[in-house]
Amino acid sequence: MFACVKNRFSRQLVLALCCTVVAGLAALSAQASDLETIEQRGTLRVAVPQDFPPFGSVGTDLQPQGYDIDMAHYLADQMDVDLKLVTVTSANRIPFLQTDKVDLVISSLGKNPERAAVIDFTEAYAPFFLGVFGTPDAAPVDDAAGLAGKTIGVTRGSVEDMELSDLAPSDTTVQRFEDNATTISAFLSGQVDYIATGNVVAAQIAERNAERAPTMVFRIKNSPCYIGLAKDNEALKTRVNALIEQAKQDGTLESMSQKWFHTALPDDLSS
Amino acid sequence: MTLDFSTLLPYTDQILHGLMTTLWLTAVTTMAGIALAIVVAYLRDGASKGRPTLVSRLLGGYVEVIRNTPFIVQLFFLFFGLPALGIPISATVAALLAMILNLGAYTAEILRAGIDSTQRGQHEAARALGLSRLQSFRHVVLVPAFSRVYPSLISQCIIVMLGSAVVSQISVFDLTYAANFIQSRNFRGFEVYLVVTLIYLLLAVGLRLAFEFVGRRLFAFRQGGSA
Repeated sequence: MFACVKNRFSRQLVLALCCTVVAGLAALSAQASDLETIEQRGTLRVAVPQDFPPFGSVGTDLQPQGYDIDMAHYLADQMDVDLKLVTVTSANRIPFLQTDKVDLVISSLGKNPERAAVIDFTEAYAPFFLGVFGTPDAAPVDDAAGLAGKTIGVTRGSVEDMELSDLAPSDTTVQRFEDNATTISAFLSGQVDYIATGNVVAAQIAERNAERAPTMVFRIKNSPCYIGLAKDNEALKTRVNALIEQAKQDGTLESMSQKWFHTALPDDLSS
Repeated sequence: MTLDFSTLLPYTDQILHGLMTTLWLTAVTTMAGIALAIVVAYLRDGASKGRPTLVSRLLGGYVEVIRNTPFIVQLFFLFFGLPALGIPISATVAALLAMILNLGAYTAEILRAGIDSTQRGQHEAARALGLSRLQSFRHVVLVPAFSRVYPSLISQCIIVMLGSAVVSQISVFDLTYAANFIQSRNFRGFEVYLVVTLIYLLLAVGLRLAFEFVGRRLFAFRQGGSA
């Protein structure tokens, strides 16, 4: 009796394992849609964020909006196909690509070796960087030595805190605050005239306080965003790269940057 | 979990810097705060004999506002509020001002209890003997009042010293700021806070001993010695 149950149990277990492996293989072997498939289908499927303004968020009309969404619209328009937006989280955006649920991931995706091993990247399409920002009339500085004598607010323990602590000359005063909100308050109240933060945070401050909109003074660390696509999808990659280049040339990216980040594109993105 | 205190060694300078800041903040606050409290108590005492004056009402308002709002809110009000009103104030000055105002209000109230417990007749006798109002306040009212509330005063000063940890929130480099800083660098929170807790404990005990030493000198008359 016991042996029988055990036997049945192991048979079920083997069956379950087989199903898992088959499903896994099916998913792995999911053929990425190439450019031809997309054009035949007439729809471009793009993974976009909905929880990361100004790249992607949900507007008051419940529609996704943001820099990434505008980019997706631009690509679909230029390729003359319909657009299907698929909202993803930062954790599942690469699996969506690997299982052919989307053709492109336009989701503030940074490039790193781990990701490059499983997916391909196009050229950079969006600025993402940590920098020192000043008041609207602050003058840019060329290198870290230009930060000498300045008082800079930063959120303690953040990546920008670590980088700034390494870079800044010894006579730079770094004031560390408990969290982003306090750092922003210190900047807005005039306690500090410089803050180190990401361009996304700076854009949010500019959005709400135009008269004290942070302007970039010095770039600490650059990590632009790339569009992700399945490996070995050369035709699609070439097409998207050409469209990104065109968007740089005709000012599309510049106007998107002005619209969502309230600042000009950095030099390495504008051509 | 293993404790590894050697990870703190590279940060000895930060801990010492933080300790010195906490010490001088406490020292200046204690002296200025008690001085402020004496002035407040004197002005309120003078008024309490007759009808309340505008000054005593204002001072009463100050004491109540400080005693009925959280310290961190007072600190943020000074640090973020004053610059917005066009008055520039540095983090250190904001911290010092908030601590002095806070200790001043609490100590004024403690002193008032001591003054109220002094017999009114004693005060009048001093005036009848030809002492000026200030002289009689100082010798006949204030010193006995101080000696009566001295234990509460010590506790209040220690509370302010420990409460100074809050000023790390506005980027003043005190002992707690140093602890938070180190913890954000080496992720050894337990070791850092253990060490800092011990330092605060020693500071509090040391402060109490110092106060008691001073108290024995100041209030020698209570033990029957000569002043």
